[in-house]
Amino acid sequence: MATQTTAWLADAARTALDGACDAVREAGAGDAVDGVAPAVVTAPTSTEEVASVLAAAHAHDLAVVARGRGTKLTWGLPPSRCDVVVDVSGLDRVLEHAAGDLIVRAQAGTRLADLQAAVAAAGQRLLVDETVPGASIGGSIATAAAGPSRVAVGTVRDLLIGVTVVRADGVVAKAGGRVVKNVAGYDLGKLVTGSFGTLAVVTDAFFRLHPLPEARRWVSVEVADPAAAQRAGQAVVQGQVVPSAVEVDLPAGGPGTVTVLLEGLGAGVEGRAATTASLLTEATGATVSHAEAEPAGWGRYPWHDDGAAAGRDGDRATGLKLTTALSGVGDVLAAARDAAAAAGVPVALRGSAGAGVLYGALPAGTDAAAVAAVVEATRVACTARGGSLVVLDAPPEVRDAVDVWGPVPAIDLMRRVKDQFDPGHLLAPGRFVGEI
Amino acid sequence: MSEMDSTHGTTTTAGPATDDVSPDDDAVATGTAGARPEAIAAVTAVAHRMLPADGVIADHARLRTYECDGLAHYRVTPALVVMPETTGQLAAVVRACAEQRVPFVARGSGTGLSGGALPRADGVLVVTSRMRTIREVSPADQRAVVEPGVINLDVTKAATPHGYYFAPDPSSQQICSIGGNLAENSGGAHCLKYGFTTNHVLGAEVVTPDGDVVPLGGTAPDAPGYDLLGTVIGSEGTLGVATAVTVRLVRLPEDVVTLLVGFGSTDEAGAATSEIIGAGVVPAAIEMMDALAIEAAEAAVHCNYPEGAGAVLVIELDGAHVDVEHEVEQVERHCREAGAFEVRVAKDAVERALIWKGRKSAFAAVGRISPDYIVQDGVIPRTALPGVLRAIAELSSSSGVRVANVFHAGDGNLHPLVLFDDGVEGAAEAAEKVSGAILDLCISHGGSITGEHGVGVDKAAYMPKMFTDDDLDTMQMVRCAFDPQGVANPGKIFPTPRLCGEVPGRRKGVHPAQAAGLAEAF
Repeated sequence: MATQTTAWLADAARTALDGACDAVREAGAGDAVDGVAPAVVTAPTSTEEVASVLAAAHAHDLAVVARGRGTKLTWGLPPSRCDVVVDVSGLDRVLEHAAGDLIVRAQAGTRLADLQAAVAAAGQRLLVDETVPGASIGGSIATAAAGPSRVAVGTVRDLLIGVTVVRADGVVAKAGGRVVKNVAGYDLGKLVTGSFGTLAVVTDAFFRLHPLPEARRWVSVEVADPAAAQRAGQAVVQGQVVPSAVEVDLPAGGPGTVTVLLEGLGAGVEGRAATTASLLTEATGATVSHAEAEPAGWGRYPWHDDGAAAGRDGDRATGLKLTTALSGVGDVLAAARDAAAAAGVPVALRGSAGAGVLYGALPAGTDAAAVAAVVEATRVACTARGGSLVVLDAPPEVRDAVDVWGPVPAIDLMRRVKDQFDPGHLLAPGRFVGEI
Repeated sequence: MSEMDSTHGTTTTAGPATDDVSPDDDAVATGTAGARPEAIAAVTAVAHRMLPADGVIADHARLRTYECDGLAHYRVTPALVVMPETTGQLAAVVRACAEQRVPFVARGSGTGLSGGALPRADGVLVVTSRMRTIREVSPADQRAVVEPGVINLDVTKAATPHGYYFAPDPSSQQICSIGGNLAENSGGAHCLKYGFTTNHVLGAEVVTPDGDVVPLGGTAPDAPGYDLLGTVIGSEGTLGVATAVTVRLVRLPEDVVTLLVGFGSTDEAGAATSEIIGAGVVPAAIEMMDALAIEAAEAAVHCNYPEGAGAVLVIELDGAHVDVEHEVEQVERHCREAGAFEVRVAKDAVERALIWKGRKSAFAAVGRISPDYIVQDGVIPRTALPGVLRAIAELSSSSGVRVANVFHAGDGNLHPLVLFDDGVEGAAEAAEKVSGAILDLCISHGGSITGEHGVGVDKAAYMPKMFTDDDLDTMQMVRCAFDPQGVANPGKIFPTPRLCGEVPGRRKGVHPAQAAGLAEAF
């Protein structure tokens, strides 16, 4: 929908933002946020400029969507309004890397890969996986995107120790700080993590870092079906091999694999890999293979695999996120497969058997009603195992046919939080749960 | 006897000596200014109707039992104490409080060290100690569901037969409650490697300040929507009361080795800490004690630490046997290179316990060498350790106030124990001044005023030194969303309450509506 892009709005927005930021331009075709065209795009290069832009937008009742590197703008729902895109890719600096303290501070537009390169020089890393190539720090925070390494130390929420945000009214606020251990004040970092830009615009953040491991080893075993995947996964998580990741990969149809990542000192990894191999063999009866490089598709969503994502004319695949208590991983995988088979569509499944967070892909061009049937049946299985199902990414006709976010028990409280932070509903309106 | 019982001996206010806190402010924060007997009576009536008779305490002598938490120099007698046994009972009392606009304060075991569970004279103290059921232990899901009054260590005891434990281990873990851990985002010696309570809670059933029962998080990770769970954890009882908590259980490590290392000085011990972490080793814990703290521990528990040590490190390594074996070698080498004159490696659980005994008794042990003391909880970047310790030593020598240092060296969380004798005139004030100056040091190094004890009433006045008005105002938007009436533990964390419902924006000083007497400052 591009109906809001009228000339008068573009003029009004430019007038409103004039002086707030050096770089203000009329939006182009590539600036639409999941089909919703903004009037203007601003490219601030500092927190102060972001604050000026948001203050001006606030004063003129303009809806704002923040954009990092634009890799996940189609996640969730499209915004109900979008007048201004705040492109923070110009805030792309690693502000500080205190190697001795194992912390880093980076601006929101910094590419995750660039941050990793900067800290790798000191033998360190941020244990946040780049699940979509080119992703920024800010986008990773806004979507709480996480990959295999969540088994090791958790996700963005667990590693973010300080944050600077600009509120909808243009006020700059920070929470947390540069020390890992800190309980002073509310943890606003957790509140904005995964909030899809609906509460405030993050401009920079402090993260806790970890040492790069001396050695890494991937130990894989073939699994015939979800039940075998469950047995393999449980064998490893119930063991004492301290895995950094336990991934299951079930392509559409046929057998799959369970792959365990072990990291640390060389000798230790060697020993744990041997133990892991015997645990996996015992659980599955299959032969184990070892690798010292990432297997294909590692840490990537299944809807980005070749074939799944490639649709006609930019048509997108449907990407699902399925969560479950650990004991339910096999059940949820089986439920998704059964539902897809019943609907006559292929489903590729991949994710963390060690954390109970799985991703499913239905190819571009799949009939919306079939996707809706898969979503509904699989959601029942997820919910029964204490988890949930979210339709992360999908083409418009699929989104119209499904409940994207599913039931959210504390939605009233969430609305109250939104109303406090953004009473005018100007920040990414409509993208989040309950159309927040 | 836990160390918490004797943490504070002073009856004076250990707030910042440099900031003025007028008696009126104190009265607002503690509720001594405006009790409303008819409102309390209405809540009491609800409590009597909903709770067993012995779960409602209104008798003044018995109310006084609850006048303080682990920070005993703040004392306020609550107007009413309730001890619900179910979520329904607890929610009914909170709802009654909301309807009557009566403040309430939740309390678990009362071991907190910042006065977070300090009662309100005009309010209700909601004690969760009768909600002590461990509802479920599920090794296959690596989780347990427990009620808020369950003791921290009891979760581990229930999980151990299955090969699991609950990682957060505050030093009060034998008596502190999970509900309190959640409210304070408790840490402990092992959070260096394993993180804090917030990293180990998957979900919670929370009674909101309106009295609604809301499930936050789940039994699986990443529940859709805002991470309200992560926001409530560590909010010190100002956003609601947890009535059931789903915690993550961690697989017991295959091997645990504890080292006790003697150094000539804290500088050497600090350098060793930096070397170890810089080399990529992440021990489960690195704890430091200085000479004065060692002296106290020796006097109290005869822990037989290395003689003549200016500092000791207690270092624990855990994980798979093959890893631990190599890490022990590495750690020992780094310590020797930094100047360690003695390295003891505990081989079994008995030897480990002996090493930890000295460390864990340190707070209480300080009572042997000083009648009164103040515990601080500041945090600094780890690399600033040597400089900050020297600055603390200078503060101590220039003021004549002794300071014993016991702390989590691995994450830069200091616990300076500022010693004084309240019987000596002016001694408490001098100690408070040193204590405040140490917090200033932490802030000036980019650190925090509290790493694990919480802000509570004790450090609320320091919040503006760490955060701007806008920061604090933004945090309080969360509070306004959860608790627009300001009835949940008012007076804690924030020195200046935000008036909810107003248009967000920058404010300075007292709100005009408040000054004009048109609004109450909760």
